[in-house]
Amino acid sequence: MEELDVEPAITNIPAASDGKHLGFAWGPGDILAYETLYKASSGAKGSGCSFIHEVRKDEDIYSPILRKLFNESHHIFVGLQTIREDLPNKNKKPQFVSISKNYRSVIRACMEELQQVAVSTKDAKVSMQYGNQVSILLAIELIWNLCEVLFIDAAPAGSLLLHLLDWVRLHKADVDEKAREVLQSESPAEHHDYWDVVVSYVLQGRLEEARQMLVKQATLQPAARNMYKLMDTLLTKMPFYNPGGTQTLTEFDVKWRNWHEEVDRCLQDNSFASNRHLEIICRILVGDEDMLLDHKELLGTWYHFLVTRLLFSHPTVKPTELHYYAQSCMTMFLDSRNVPEPLDNILLAAFEFDIHQVIKDCSIALNNWWFVAHLTDLLDHCKLLQSHNLHFGSNLREFLLLEYASGLFTHHSLWQLAVDYFDHCPEFGRVYLELQIERVPLDTERKALKVLRICEQRQMSEQVRSICKIMAMRALRNNRLGSALSWSIRAKDAAFATLISERFLQDYCARGTFSDLDLIDNLGPAMLLSDRLTFLGKYREFHKLYGEKRFSEAAKLLLSLMTAKIAPRSFWMTLLTDALPLLEQKEVIFSADQTHELMFCLEELTSSLNITPGTDGSMQDEDIELTKVELLRLALARNLAMAIVKEGTVET
Amino acid sequence: MFVARSIAADHKDLIHDVSYDFHGRRMATCSSDQSVKVWDKSENGEWHCTASWKTHSGSVWRVTWAHPEFGQVLASCSFDRTAAVWEEIVGESNDKQRGLSHWIKRTTLVDSRTSVTDVKFAPKHMGLMLTTCSTDGVVRIYEAPDVMNLSQWSLQHEISCKLSCSCISWNPSSSRAHPPMFAVGSDDSNVTYGGKVQIYEYNENTRKYAKAETLMTVTDAVHDIAFAPNLGRSFHVLAIATKDVRIFKLVPMRKESTSTGPTKLEVQIVAQFDNHNSQVWRVSWNITSTLLASSGDDGCVRLWKANYMDNWKCTGILKGDGSPLTGSSGQPTAMSTVVGSSVQTSQNALNGMSAGRIGKRAPFAPPLRQLISPKIYQQHPSYY
Repeated sequence: MEELDVEPAITNIPAASDGKHLGFAWGPGDILAYETLYKASSGAKGSGCSFIHEVRKDEDIYSPILRKLFNESHHIFVGLQTIREDLPNKNKKPQFVSISKNYRSVIRACMEELQQVAVSTKDAKVSMQYGNQVSILLAIELIWNLCEVLFIDAAPAGSLLLHLLDWVRLHKADVDEKAREVLQSESPAEHHDYWDVVVSYVLQGRLEEARQMLVKQATLQPAARNMYKLMDTLLTKMPFYNPGGTQTLTEFDVKWRNWHEEVDRCLQDNSFASNRHLEIICRILVGDEDMLLDHKELLGTWYHFLVTRLLFSHPTVKPTELHYYAQSCMTMFLDSRNVPEPLDNILLAAFEFDIHQVIKDCSIALNNWWFVAHLTDLLDHCKLLQSHNLHFGSNLREFLLLEYASGLFTHHSLWQLAVDYFDHCPEFGRVYLELQIERVPLDTERKALKVLRICEQRQMSEQVRSICKIMAMRALRNNRLGSALSWSIRAKDAAFATLISERFLQDYCARGTFSDLDLIDNLGPAMLLSDRLTFLGKYREFHKLYGEKRFSEAAKLLLSLMTAKIAPRSFWMTLLTDALPLLEQKEVIFSADQTHELMFCLEELTSSLNITPGTDGSMQDEDIELTKVELLRLALARNLAMAIVKEGTVET
Repeated sequence: MFVARSIAADHKDLIHDVSYDFHGRRMATCSSDQSVKVWDKSENGEWHCTASWKTHSGSVWRVTWAHPEFGQVLASCSFDRTAAVWEEIVGESNDKQRGLSHWIKRTTLVDSRTSVTDVKFAPKHMGLMLTTCSTDGVVRIYEAPDVMNLSQWSLQHEISCKLSCSCISWNPSSSRAHPPMFAVGSDDSNVTYGGKVQIYEYNENTRKYAKAETLMTVTDAVHDIAFAPNLGRSFHVLAIATKDVRIFKLVPMRKESTSTGPTKLEVQIVAQFDNHNSQVWRVSWNITSTLLASSGDDGCVRLWKANYMDNWKCTGILKGDGSPLTGSSGQPTAMSTVVGSSVQTSQNALNGMSAGRIGKRAPFAPPLRQLISPKIYQQHPSYY
């Protein structure tokens, strides 16, 4: 494929240029640029008033009206992806055509809205900007419509011209505007635009409307009645192919040739010689190229000229012959002063059935990926793109969709649409999504959950973990322990859950109460994530049992926390202290065996403490500890005595 | 592309580095004025400076963010031979209301005896690790074993590269197939010293980094280096800023099971551009590595893009127009001048090129007062 060499676009940055460097930093949707000097030595001195410039790539994405285009086309796109692959292509064609039309109607709706804003706004700059966007959308719709006719609908000879006529009529509708003006005037037939309207109608093959206009003139000129009548007959008799009818293309061709000869005869007879206007129309009908080219102003574009020329000279043109006529019409229409513009080249490429060139030129000429991505996707579904085996991306379709979706991802709300596009890119879609989605700012818990859900649905476990970890870290920094804990449970991050459990226990030791009871009470199996978390959950359970006065169960749990080594050694003293009120109850709660075990725990703890006699702690702290131990020993001994007595009593 | 807004950075000397945080909602700037500033983006997209403090006793070359999994952590490196780690602490609520945040120094890394030229955090799957390189030719890798205690960093590796180092880049691949890997560049301009880019790879057995490759073709001073995001590919892509922009592909060769040395890499050059005319100082990839940006002596930032056939081309240029903004009220001025001028260009295009097409109207109501024709303005060649 031929490489179009386009000069890169230059964006001016309001910064000094000579001798200075431009530093930069990539952002998610923009680039920051700043003035700097890299030949760095301590000698270089900069100016005090440095600026950082935020350079955006795609302005379209921020237009509130175009946002509708992105939203609505997303639905169509998703619908297209679900069309069943296994249906034979023939059966799918009507679906593809209707999808193509849906896309176009979204473009049209968007254009209308933009245009209203462009007209109604008082701000010249905004009006200009919207005006430009309308022009671009018009061009896009024009190209799309032609692609629909040529590639998707792929009309055969006969129907082809009818479709092209519709295409020209749709995009050259100013004649209706002019006609309305003429008809609303006092005397339409004398209006200075009258003949322009008649000729324009003829040029578009709207012969019925042309005839109705001509009637007005005929009534004014009774003397020329016959001449008008003759013209009316010619216009009425011009055959149009009817694709649904019984007539074959050959039959139509014969009929058309007869009519053409008849028109030609009228011309030879000088039937209209006395009326300049009717003479012009007659010569148009016979397909006189010079006469058509005399009406460049009315035709407006070379492709209108092309369609009109085909209408009156080659109505049975085959798709394969189009490129020849297109090329010659363009050359004839654009004289040496007019250089073809990008739009002309794109349309010409379409007439040449060079789909890749169309897509390529559109990518270069248009400043957004919306159009090429969606059109290419549709053409790909129609099996119209040869599958180039590509180095970068699996194919053209995916390459363009990835570009488009990446652009959407830079927007704070449109990124959600992009997810579906990535989902339908088999080769790199997932990696792109992984890279992009973890960059979505997690401003709120709600947004984090939204992002998380998308990742979870796609089993993106690393992203799920990372998001939860980020949220856990943030909650912890803000001292929201409950939230931090639930996020780290979600992240299955054992180390972090341990750390947060520790914080909970510290908080408890300091304040004597637990925060976030709901969460801790309902840990369930999540408790098993880390030993410390298990302990936290069990310890809280102990408090609950105690609160509910289920003392023996509470005692059993408390003891097991130590004997099963669930509780960290550092916490044993707290646990033993918690046992005190249970030991002091009138009723015996700890059995003799259990009391033995408690004593064992206490001794184990004190002996290990004795290895390093408290040198750091103050005397006072040590005193308190000693008193606590003494108190515990006393309570344990008394409880043991009571338990032995009680147990002995029951047995005998 | 267009300048959306200009921010008065208010540094008293040259800005050396600007760095976005992972989510693009914060940025940090550093300067020869020895300070670092942190900026936060508000809901409406405006940037506000929320912290500014003196960080070093020399020019601050680079500032970089740790992954948010580790909290709000910055690292900076300086001419004063140190690198430092900073952590934001959640301050008093009235500070928050005034839009201020507090950053405290967690550690100063003083092992270098010369200017520390680059500082980078390792990929997050390796834990919280920080790498520095300095003009004495040493790369140092530090680790914070306890992510909740950033005042403890241990020097894990010290790798001597023999040549004055200017830049480092970690290979971001988290694939199990790829051991940790980084590239280091040297700005030593003596071409007889050979290759200026060295690739190091971690060896699981020796628990050390060993040199896997030297890019022998890069003999001129290297100023910056950047691995591209891996995209799940088996090979790595490395961009280099030297006297031109170069993009290399590093293809790991199949390893023999008996070999314990570093993976052999096959080095292929993918692209080379001399459009900056002279030295290139920075290279950096966008998130999905579809675009490479480079900054050079021509005063331009150039954007490079591969099409789907892997042909690389310059697709955009950012260029200083020689009109430095002055004064503190630069923001509105910048907006209007730039937006104004781009509209001007489109207008010229309209007037100059489509004069022959006036008279066409859009085919729907309401009738336009303005004449609009289908037309493509060549604003930004997307290039595919």
